[in-house]
Amino acid sequence: MNECLTLNVNGQVHELDVPSTAPLLDVLRNHLGLKGSRYGCGLEQCGACMVLIDGVAAYSCSREIGTLSGRTITTVEGLGSADALHPLQQAFLDEQAGQCGYCLSGILIAAKAFLDRNPDPTRAEIAAALDANLCRCGSHPRILRAVLKAAADMREKVA
Amino acid sequence: MTALSFSLKDNPRLDRWLRFQDDHTVRIGTGKVELGQGVLTALAQIAAEELDLRIDQVRMMSGNSVEGPGEGYTASSWSIEHSGAAIRLVAAEVRALALARAALRLNAAPDELTVADGAFLKNGAPSGIDYWSIAGELDLSAEATGAVAPKPQGAHRLVGRSVPRLDLPAKLTGSGFIQDMMLAGMLHARTLRQPGPGAVLLQLDETIIRRRAGGDVRIVRLDNFVAFVGTDETAVRAAAVAATECAVWDNALSLSPEQATPDWVASQPSDDRLMGAPSPEKATDRVSARFTRPFLSHGSIAPSCAIALYRDGILTVWSHAQGMHPLRENIARTVGFSLDAVACHHVQGAGCYGHNGADDAALDAALVALALPDQPIRLMWRREEEFGYEPLSSAMTVAVHAELDAAGRPVDWTTEIWSATHGQRPGVGGASLLAAHAMKTPPPDRKPFDIPLERGGGAARNGIPLYDIGPKRIELHLIHDVPLRTSSLRGLGATLNVFAIEGLLDDLAGRAGEDPVAYRLAILSDPRARRVLEKAAAMANWSSRDAGGAGSGLGIGLARYKNSSAYAAVVAAVDVDEAVRVTDIWCAVDAGLAINPDGILNQIEGNIVQAISWTLIEEVRFGPQGIATLDWESYPVIRFSQIPEIRVELVEASEYPPLGVGECAGGPSAAAIGNAVAHALGTRIHHMPMTRDRIMAALMA
Repeated sequence: MNECLTLNVNGQVHELDVPSTAPLLDVLRNHLGLKGSRYGCGLEQCGACMVLIDGVAAYSCSREIGTLSGRTITTVEGLGSADALHPLQQAFLDEQAGQCGYCLSGILIAAKAFLDRNPDPTRAEIAAALDANLCRCGSHPRILRAVLKAAADMREKVA
Repeated sequence: MTALSFSLKDNPRLDRWLRFQDDHTVRIGTGKVELGQGVLTALAQIAAEELDLRIDQVRMMSGNSVEGPGEGYTASSWSIEHSGAAIRLVAAEVRALALARAALRLNAAPDELTVADGAFLKNGAPSGIDYWSIAGELDLSAEATGAVAPKPQGAHRLVGRSVPRLDLPAKLTGSGFIQDMMLAGMLHARTLRQPGPGAVLLQLDETIIRRRAGGDVRIVRLDNFVAFVGTDETAVRAAAVAATECAVWDNALSLSPEQATPDWVASQPSDDRLMGAPSPEKATDRVSARFTRPFLSHGSIAPSCAIALYRDGILTVWSHAQGMHPLRENIARTVGFSLDAVACHHVQGAGCYGHNGADDAALDAALVALALPDQPIRLMWRREEEFGYEPLSSAMTVAVHAELDAAGRPVDWTTEIWSATHGQRPGVGGASLLAAHAMKTPPPDRKPFDIPLERGGGAARNGIPLYDIGPKRIELHLIHDVPLRTSSLRGLGATLNVFAIEGLLDDLAGRAGEDPVAYRLAILSDPRARRVLEKAAAMANWSSRDAGGAGSGLGIGLARYKNSSAYAAVVAAVDVDEAVRVTDIWCAVDAGLAINPDGILNQIEGNIVQAISWTLIEEVRFGPQGIATLDWESYPVIRFSQIPEIRVELVEASEYPPLGVGECAGGPSAAAIGNAVAHALGTRIHHMPMTRDRIMAALMA
């Protein structure tokens, strides 16, 4: 059943007329044209689809849109753009932290949520925070370095 | 005159490789495609180097079956050695042609001219003309001659530099993948998979499927191939899930858990082949050890995806598969079209690490597009479809046998291998695309085939040790009748072969009372192999290694990938209690001339991480309905908290030609971990993955 609901995505409010059971990921990709959040498993097991829901990293592949009216969503497109990269995106670029890159949107989102809670983490704390995200290419060592670097850069900016 | 590479012999025309474009860029064609390995950046560096361009003046055109060169599959770490060599020669030749033309135009001697950022300089001063002002006067339809020598290594300004990956900025900001492509009027599609090549669809309740879809869905059926198509991806996906649950099949594949074991595979009838030295008259006094590994999944993080459009008699397919020329041939053959009527274009997808579902998804999309002309079809596999229907990497058994001299050194070596094929890419050895088996006239049965050793080998890859041993041979027992499709996964047979060879060598060193590194060096004359071995040992502070047996271990592994590509030596440090934890990896690699050092390090790091996952964690299991490991819970892979400190160093070897590196560290990493675990426990585990149960069993034995 369709119901009209509002969703704030990357700072923009959308009135949506979609079935309430549609997964958030399908709404983001196919209704709002935000292709950055990725379909990996549809089972909340790989993390490629992660977005921020009210600042908390969450899977979007199975989350029904009907449960999210009025909530604030941030996708990887909302972190930064090619011209104005978020410090995390910049650090991933600096460290060349990625191979195929398919997992990176979800990992950037998970890292953003984590650094908001813990701005000065250790490598082990970052690893624990990213354990819900799979990377199959083995870019993990660089991703861990990049998140450490981003944390340092963001602390410097605040200071 | 430089010898033409395979790629250039197959595609001799210069304009297949290089074209000056109106926007003051140079288009470089390659048949090799970006799989996340950074190859397009490295190839762009090679082209920009030879042409004296900036990297941003190069546009890579990769995997274009209409205009670009055909170079087979992007596989076996050949890209830099084959495509890179071709692009280097073509670019050098075109630069010389252009320089000669410019000299005429400027009334100058060619040696008065140089090129900077594509502009000609006369005695160092701007001449007012550049490549693009004379491009129309160059005949690039001519064939390459190889007559122009590429730049000497000392003159390189871009080759050897860690140029950042060209594709990464898009991928960090939410785009860059085939999954993101949108074409006007595009429809989504999902399939119902035929459960095994001989299965026949008896019944499909379309009413239930439409109801469960919850939206408008068209059902396209061609014999035993079924697809669900519509504008609403959510509904299309739900339809496919419902169909999988309600379809009634005859003759569906059924498997038993036992068939997933290496022992079951090794017990099947085999096609036997001897490679290398003749077998000894009588094998007396041999030391032997037997090693196994299970079936493995490629485990791409994204299910395969393809887009197809049939319009005006032309079938156009966009795919992330590893070769667009082979894909065009395979699709054309399957649907009965001429090659001219099919065009395949590569668009990047998630990493595949070998032959996964990508090619098959492309045929699926093409079949739907042919049924629904003039509408672009975006077909994506489901997660369980990728795990359940992509080709597996074969379970293997390797028994290594060594005859020893009085000093305990090997003087005769046999690597005996039981495996299904590692080469079943479409069009190779009679193999077909998956959905071809669902058509009315399925393709003929394959004959026993594996990749021949001269092309790197499949199961036999790296089966010949690189040590000075005397007679060395491979006895391959190629198992043809396995119930599931097997094909190439990064490293192919090398992973277990190196694990086995290096494992036995450590045992032999132990018998001789020698240190494993010293023992290896005593039977190793290849200076490049010695150098990486000594380097990795030094990085790991090997000389401080203790007697072992106390739960912590240090182990080493060495190989030259395919015995012809990059050399890698790896040292692993592990802690073992109930489980194995890899704490540190040190790796030294000789890649010859390094085109992009950081890109090489990235590939090697990834290969190491994947090898840790194979060695400790991964295992495909079978059940009555086929593959039983259909998600990431049942097929776990390595996670962030299991990642050790990894240090990789390249040894300086720029006097040698560039070598493929993407698969060189996998076998040595598996071997190093195996040897480190043996060192930690005082007893060897011969079976991958080295799980908790296997550690317990080893400790109890």
